[in-house]
Amino acid sequence: MKFRDSQSIYLQIAERICDEILGNKFPPGERIPSIREYAAMVEVNANTVVRSYDWLQQHEIIFNKRGIGYYVSPDGKNRIREIRRVRFFEDELPLFFNRLYTLGISIDEIDRRYNEYKKASLHVDDDAVDIK
Amino acid sequence: MLKVEEMTFSYKRNEYLLNRLNFDITPGGVYGLLGKNGSGKSTLLYLMTGLMFPKIGHIYIDGIEPRKRLPDMLSQLYLLPEEYDLPATSVDEFVKRNAAFYPRFSREDFDRYMDIFDLESVKNMQRVSMGQKKKYLVSFALATNTALLFMDEPTNGMDIPSKSQFRKAIALGMNDERSIVISTHQVRDLESMIDRVLILHNHSMLLNESTLRIAEKLEFVNTTDKEELDGCIYSAFTPAGFVGVRPNTTGAETPVDLEVLFNAIITNPETITNRFV
Repeated sequence: MKFRDSQSIYLQIAERICDEILGNKFPPGERIPSIREYAAMVEVNANTVVRSYDWLQQHEIIFNKRGIGYYVSPDGKNRIREIRRVRFFEDELPLFFNRLYTLGISIDEIDRRYNEYKKASLHVDDDAVDIK
Repeated sequence: MLKVEEMTFSYKRNEYLLNRLNFDITPGGVYGLLGKNGSGKSTLLYLMTGLMFPKIGHIYIDGIEPRKRLPDMLSQLYLLPEEYDLPATSVDEFVKRNAAFYPRFSREDFDRYMDIFDLESVKNMQRVSMGQKKKYLVSFALATNTALLFMDEPTNGMDIPSKSQFRKAIALGMNDERSIVISTHQVRDLESMIDRVLILHNHSMLLNESTLRIAEKLEFVNTTDKEELDGCIYSAFTPAGFVGVRPNTTGAETPVDLEVLFNAIITNPETITNRFV
């Protein structure tokens, strides 16, 4: 795994696991690899993965069955989406608005393009639209 | 687990290679022992494993000095030297002869590490390449399951895929009861594996800290904009831009860049070490 320099590695690994959960590599209720297996997979120190799993547990994305291993929470996908939605509104949207503003792009144009995008990807990513 | 107290060592009279070292090695860590060529990394490994003796001061492994070379203690440590000769025997024969010294050796683990390294059970270990030999020995070293494992420049001689396999093997071989001490001057190979950093420089152990604590105290900057290096204790120009390190004032955590940390500490020892007092 190639890491970025800007964010701590344990959070990058947690993000990767979130992507894997959303992508159904680890479906809700299923076991995820052990800390050591995951550490070997991404070639990091196991203590780093301990922190990633702690973070995922705190956010109720995964849970620990004592002595058996870690499992994806039944509601794991929605938890991830909630976290990412908050982050989107707080961090990404202001940057996006800044772009619209400086480039003189109207919200109406964005609305039109977004509707086209939704039509085009309707069947590609069913899972993403069926929430709510 | 291992304790070094006021330990001094010299090869020549009145010329200390290691001067009054004090540090501990505790279970459950992958220690990166960093230092320039000739700084005494290998010597320190030999001292900790009882191959050489301190001139002044002491080393203790669970209260016993390695210089006493007690069999019980020796069965709990393994040293993989930088250079070695392998006997002209098969892998199975090598395991049979050597595993007996290590009560917690696991053949199952050994096979698993061989698997990770894509190794076959050859008939004559002397006739494989240097890189291959190293991979057999790393597999064996990890499979001894000793509480202390010392490796001297283990990635030397390994090709690029082997270095990635090596990281996987270390990740699997690590647990809370054992510590792995790896001396290296190729920090990039092992950066993601190391969670404790030992920096040996100018005859002293300048730093013995967890990467967790280092990230708490120091912020690593990576930027194309020179302005952003504001407040850096150390900075350098690289083909990709600028790298630097400064006191962590935001509380946010950045990945520890071992190369920057090492260069910062040898150019400006006190400014860095004072942050860890």
